[in-house]
Amino acid sequence: MTQNANAPVVTLTEAAKHFGAVRALDGVDLSVAPGDCVGLVGHNGAGKSTLVNLINGSFAPSSGQVAFPGGAAGVRSVFQELSLCPNLTVAENLRISHPGLKGPGWRRPARAEICAALDAVFPGHGIAADAEVDTLSIAERQMVEIAIGFAPRGGQARLVILDEPTSALDAGIADQLLAHVKRFCAQGGAVIFISHMLGEIFEVATRIVVLKDGRIVAERPAAGFTRQGLVDAMGHVATEEAAREAESRPPPGAVVIAAEGIEARRGEIVGLSGLAGHGQAAALARLYLSQSSDWRAGRAPRAVFVAGDRPRDGVLPLWSILRNITASILPRDARRGMVDRDRERTVAEEWKRRIGIRTDDLSNPILSLSGGNQQKVLFARALASDAPVVVMDDPMRGVDVGTKQDVYAMIRAEAAAGRTFLWYSTETEEVCQCDRVFVFRNHAISAELAGDQITEERILQASFEMQEAS
Amino acid sequence: MTLLQRLSRPWIWAWLAAALAFAATLGLTSGRGAGELAYAALSFGAFAAIVGMGQMLVITLGPGNVDLSIPATMTLAATLALKVMSTDPGTALLGLGVALAVGLGTGLANFALIFLLRLPPIIATLAASLIYQSLAIWSNRGLRIKPPPGLADFATGRFLGLPNVAWVGLALALIVWVVLERSVWGRWLLAAGQNLRAARLAGMPVEAVRAAAYVTVAVFAALAGYLLASFSGGAALNMGQEYLLMSIAVVVIGGTSIAGGNSNVPGVWGAALFMFLVVSMLNSYGAGAGVRNVLTGTIIIAIVIAASTRRPGA
Amino acid sequence: MSFLARHRIVLPVVSLAVLLALTFWMQPRAMSYFGLNLLFNLAVPIALATIAQMMIIMVNDIDLSVGAFVSLVACVTATFLNDAPLLGLLILAALILSYAAMGAVIHALALPAIVVTLGMSFVWGGLALFILPTPGGAAPGWLRTLMTVKPPVMPMAVVAAILIAAVTHLLVIRSGIGTVLRGVGGNSRSVARAGWNVTALKALAYGLAGLFGVLAGMALVGLTTSADANIALRYTLLSIAGVILGGGEFTGGKVSPTGAVIGALTLTLAASFLSFMRLSPDWQIGAQGAILILVLTARLVFARRGGAA
Repeated sequence: MTQNANAPVVTLTEAAKHFGAVRALDGVDLSVAPGDCVGLVGHNGAGKSTLVNLINGSFAPSSGQVAFPGGAAGVRSVFQELSLCPNLTVAENLRISHPGLKGPGWRRPARAEICAALDAVFPGHGIAADAEVDTLSIAERQMVEIAIGFAPRGGQARLVILDEPTSALDAGIADQLLAHVKRFCAQGGAVIFISHMLGEIFEVATRIVVLKDGRIVAERPAAGFTRQGLVDAMGHVATEEAAREAESRPPPGAVVIAAEGIEARRGEIVGLSGLAGHGQAAALARLYLSQSSDWRAGRAPRAVFVAGDRPRDGVLPLWSILRNITASILPRDARRGMVDRDRERTVAEEWKRRIGIRTDDLSNPILSLSGGNQQKVLFARALASDAPVVVMDDPMRGVDVGTKQDVYAMIRAEAAAGRTFLWYSTETEEVCQCDRVFVFRNHAISAELAGDQITEERILQASFEMQEAS
Repeated sequence: MTLLQRLSRPWIWAWLAAALAFAATLGLTSGRGAGELAYAALSFGAFAAIVGMGQMLVITLGPGNVDLSIPATMTLAATLALKVMSTDPGTALLGLGVALAVGLGTGLANFALIFLLRLPPIIATLAASLIYQSLAIWSNRGLRIKPPPGLADFATGRFLGLPNVAWVGLALALIVWVVLERSVWGRWLLAAGQNLRAARLAGMPVEAVRAAAYVTVAVFAALAGYLLASFSGGAALNMGQEYLLMSIAVVVIGGTSIAGGNSNVPGVWGAALFMFLVVSMLNSYGAGAGVRNVLTGTIIIAIVIAASTRRPGA
Repeated sequence: MSFLARHRIVLPVVSLAVLLALTFWMQPRAMSYFGLNLLFNLAVPIALATIAQMMIIMVNDIDLSVGAFVSLVACVTATFLNDAPLLGLLILAALILSYAAMGAVIHALALPAIVVTLGMSFVWGGLALFILPTPGGAAPGWLRTLMTVKPPVMPMAVVAAILIAAVTHLLVIRSGIGTVLRGVGGNSRSVARAGWNVTALKALAYGLAGLFGVLAGMALVGLTTSADANIALRYTLLSIAGVILGGGEFTGGKVSPTGAVIGALTLTLAASFLSFMRLSPDWQIGAQGAILILVLTARLVFARRGGAA
């Protein structure tokens, strides 16, 4: 290639991405040159994934520019969710993203290439090129994905985006990856490295970019940051008010639920925190499922569930608002197996008023509501029941500030009346409303905080691995 | 409700199509034989409607749910019932009991395979249907036992001008409609079909609902087999054959969503009438069996495509 | 993970071997060139139809129209291909193309394959009736010769089965495009993200199914010498059962062409075996269903063990 060796691989100019009213990325300037290893950090929803998707071409920017001065070839992403074909072998998976492997005998070069790539990144990996991917462990699959990201594939990798690449790897393997990233950058490659392990970021990154609320709030050479400074840059000061309110609640009563390492008392609001995808949602779902049955539904359920992933876990899309509200209380209000429709409407109207669902007519389809109002319907569904335990899986996604305040107040009132809330949230501000908080990291509880201990700083510290990656 | 809203109801189309086929057939005879044609459509349509309503409940459970053992269950229930009755008068209720017990048994067996062996419903009901078929062959041994005379009279008779089998089909339709629209169980079924995970997380007993749907379809098929055998003067080993495709076709044409969560009882009846009337229309225009089948297939696919393009976001 | 769970092909091979051994034990005369030919005679069209079904299952769909399609091809072969070979070939090519178009439409409009193929089974069946309202027609001479040729050492049916397994193994398992097609069944999002056009890939998979369906119909007519519109309706069920018996799975692109051919041979042999056992013919269909459930149960047990180990 004849162009200047120092020309950036990718340059973002005022790049923004909006999803409806949500500004996932709000005008970002970033340039990645050969030899750069950019450490990208930020809390949940700061815009990391959106930035990655703009660079790898999954999204087009809503405004601004994403330019590749040397062409987009050689820009690779290793995704956080596993994106291999589990029914194919390791070498065959390389074939999917390497159309240059053609003709009879394509397997030999494919095997050679993937073995070379694995050897380069993870010496002594012990992965056979002919092993089917679903016979591999999660860590081995992650290693294969990383190796495919760095493999030449008929050209040369110029920029590799690694999104939480070490989440499934143990320390020794992670070190191999970090060493390879450093070698790769020294040879003129570029890497964008996203991780919750701050030690790793400091070890490999030449430059650290901090994203917050869709904007870059800090961008400096790695040496310009301290660990504490980085945590401070990501976070924002917790509202004193919320913290004080949490203290002023009466002491809770007897233990009503203890499972998955989580214990909750009557009238208590228990928070689950940590970075998204560290096992909180799965633990909550297991906990709820263990409290209810596939085969029976009684008049008085022990627990109810408020979904945050509305399309997947909550909304019944073909139904009206009314039917969505009363979905969990049908047996209670039924007479001889028949739905009592007058009572159903009375209950739904009451909750529409209490929780402020914005609609003229409860018979309208649920999908006619905005996301925030759909979420209110899911709250109403849970609170309309008499269940003593309410399980909430990050229920405030896409909800506007006003609604949030209403719901916080309602949760506090219900807790004061004796209900127990288990509340997973990706927003630290919400977690600070809780009486007690369990912080998750790597699918395990890394800290239990109570009362005054619940501060944004403590939660961030427990969410991120503060030690050196050893 | 405005006319437009009425037209947007999916079941209207099945009834319009049935009416069109009816009119086109009569157009050839300039109106003669309208009563006979309607009577025949109600008689034969009743069997398709009964199995169709069962299949509808299963299809409402969502993608991948379908009962392919309907023909085998019909045949097994009919042969065993006729064998037990052995043309003796006064045994009609005993035969009905046997038929319904067979339906209960095959339904439970189907669901056991689906639930315990985690088989896809298609393969579970397919494999099981081979066994039911063998049981029917073994118990029948090629004999053609006539139904008891009283039962045969009932199956071919009429009440208030309508065929008795149509009354049975209409009564079942009313029950299914009430259950789906008014009962807690119906709500659970519709919710499970829209989003099984969301229904489960809303506290609904989704496995019980699935089990009940698979048992109901088998019981309906058994009842249809019992009535059909009584209607046509005996059980035959291939008597259920055409009802596999028919049961799915009437559900799809009747406006029930294949994606699940949305049932349509009146549509099933309209589609059942349409399927009979379109055949008699093509017959009366002299079309051969080949043309008939090609048109039936084309209609099914056209309806599936039309339904998919109306779907929001598709 | 247990040995059996890792090597999916073991269970079908063992099933076939056990069944074959039992057959020879009960009927030693079957252990001959002529006997084997008799046992496996009808296996060739079933194996081809099973491969056709496998192509569809490979991309996570299911085809309920295979039986009607093979019947239609048989009717075309026994009439047009015999009387006007060029026109016959054109019709068969058009049938393959319409299969490919069906795959593209199913994917592009996100239609349920089970209902579309069900509708198509009416269409194929109707066309077959249109071409051949009553049983009849005649097999082209060359086809008849091909299907009844007596190669040395092994009978035609066995040679053909090995050939089909080898060719489809190369096509589906070894070749690059076959690998991508299996990838569509495994994780179509990942394949799309790597820059492939998934609609075109689905059309290709359906087109291949059409090709093997055509071969199945031609082979069937070569054996039976005449055709009728319902000649192969049971192939729909047989082909699904064959794929599953052969170690294939309904989702996830986990298919085995060799296994599918073995599954088809097992089903064919099961029918002969059950008649050797003097099992009343009443039970033969049921025994096939029971074998299917048994194999699936065995597989579930091994999978559970594998998961626990």
